Amino acid sequence: MEEQEKKRVKLPETDEGTVLFNVPFPKDLKDLKGMAPIIIRQPYHIDYIHSYGQDSPFFAGLANGKLLGTRCGPCKHTYGTPRLHCMYCGNECDWIELPKEGAVHTFTICHFGSEEFLKETPFVLILVEWPGVDTLFLSRLVGVDSLQPSLDWVGMKVRAQFKRLSKFKPTDVYFVPA
Amino acid sequence: MRPVYLVSGGVSKFAKARPDVTFQPMVKEAYDYALKDLGLEFRQAAELVDGTVASYFSDHFMRQLKAGSMVQDYLGLTPKPSKRIEAGGATGGVAFQSGWEAVASGRFDICVVYGWETMSRVNTWKGNEFIALASDVSFDYPVGGFYSGYYAMMVVRHMKEFGTSVEQMALVSVKNHNNAFHNPYAQKRMNIRIEDVRASEMVAWPLTMLDICVMSDGAAVTILASEEGLNKLEKATGRRPKPAKVTGVGGGIDAMRMADRPHGEVILLPHEKPEDYKGLKYPGVHSFRAGRMASKTAYQMAGITNPLEELDFIELHDAYTSSEIQTYEDMGLCRYGEGGKFVEAGKPFMPNLDYGYRFPEQGKIPVNPSGGLIACGHPVGATGLMQAVFALWQLQGSIGKHFGSNQLQVKNARRGAIHSHAGTGTYVVVSILEKGF
Repeated sequence: MEEQEKKRVKLPETDEGTVLFNVPFPKDLKDLKGMAPIIIRQPYHIDYIHSYGQDSPFFAGLANGKLLGTRCGPCKHTYGTPRLHCMYCGNECDWIELPKEGAVHTFTICHFGSEEFLKETPFVLILVEWPGVDTLFLSRLVGVDSLQPSLDWVGMKVRAQFKRLSKFKPTDVYFVPA
Repeated sequence: MRPVYLVSGGVSKFAKARPDVTFQPMVKEAYDYALKDLGLEFRQAAELVDGTVASYFSDHFMRQLKAGSMVQDYLGLTPKPSKRIEAGGATGGVAFQSGWEAVASGRFDICVVYGWETMSRVNTWKGNEFIALASDVSFDYPVGGFYSGYYAMMVVRHMKEFGTSVEQMALVSVKNHNNAFHNPYAQKRMNIRIEDVRASEMVAWPLTMLDICVMSDGAAVTILASEEGLNKLEKATGRRPKPAKVTGVGGGIDAMRMADRPHGEVILLPHEKPEDYKGLKYPGVHSFRAGRMASKTAYQMAGITNPLEELDFIELHDAYTSSEIQTYEDMGLCRYGEGGKFVEAGKPFMPNLDYGYRFPEQGKIPVNPSGGLIACGHPVGATGLMQAVFALWQLQGSIGKHFGSNQLQVKNARRGAIHSHAGTGTYVVVSILEKGF
């Protein structure tokens, strides 16, 4: 027959990533509305080429054991988390070194979290304050008993420590009780 | 600007997961309900609707860009104009106001605002990661990005500053879960007590599982109209809609990074005095300046000078029990610092329900009569619109019809507020709705 002479074309069959190969199918199409949903895995992975841009000196500072903030020349507003331009007068700020010792402004203990950090739970998050610095800094606190949190931790003096092997992340610095 | 009316709404039953549908039919459930309640046929709506606003938060949850147009075509509203709004947790509230703008400006006579989120497509911890991307990815997220952690830090400061207690926070959970017991749309309908909240799993100290809203799949739809739009609808359906009039819209924004918030002076509402807040550094991380700004501007427009006396109910963004307490203060229902005492006195509870506790001032102003986010669920793009729908039904006096029980109907409700909130208080909007018939 003519059909038999036609060359068969086919996509190759593979089983990569497949978790479901077949499902029952009703004879009567009316029964399809009662079908359970087909749920499949769809992996998705991205590597971003993230630039710290104008904030890069902060991360260079951490790699060199310095915690940097910024200060506005004209209005003297001082930022514990750096921003290159002042929120209040719009002027470009200068880089300054922050004191190694600060205090806990507030804290929490995360027993659950985002997937990326689940394996690190429980971990302690703090906002650090310094006298004369107008804004705060988000960091981790280690060296406290995360199972015995107390409101008295607010105000605790803490000291910055730096990772020896920099990962160029804000976690290159963390705090311990001073 | 011309007057804008909320004429109808619908909500899909919020659920942990809706694998039975993709997002489009879920939105259609809410849309069909809104049309049916109005007495409008699908084809009539397709003809009368001038345009839409699509409200959904995260492209990550579905890995589907341009999802708005997929809903538009499913609702038969192509080729009418539409735009998408994204404003974090406040997406629904901002989208509602965007619909208001479209009608108030005269561009549209009838505008549909539809919203949804399908959060079940990833595991909860992955969802937490997506949500945490709504914090600074250079300075905040990599430290251990987790929104419950951020809110926990804010309330720890509130506790330290004002003496707010975990039991006061737990009372918010008791109220909202017990309210939701009577709301068939709610995801979590539970009668619980303070001990249950404290005994549930610790998530971010001091917040437990029952202090925190859950992720959901769900959709909500509102239909907004001008006077002319009302006339068109009346002509098409043969009956006059019973609308709510939108009498105030307000909004505010604060710095993305909590660490950047100032420690300055309180933005005062008309009924407050500078002496009320001597020595208080504001907003710090204990209060939401954007929430105060949103309330102040919405009240101003609606002519409200004392919200506690002039509002009959509020549906507010209680992603956390702590943030409900903080929001009482931002909205001026009590002074800053008094939010814990406010709930302890029973003021935001329903007056008619038995919560198993005796309160001296139960039912002064019901807050989250529906059960709020904590009990209804928080499918982000739908949430603010859900609040608008529930507020409309309160003002229509039609809660009994829609919920199958009158338990949650606020008696003689004439004016209510809805409040939608994003980030760590980053975007906040407040809208005022009044009985409009």
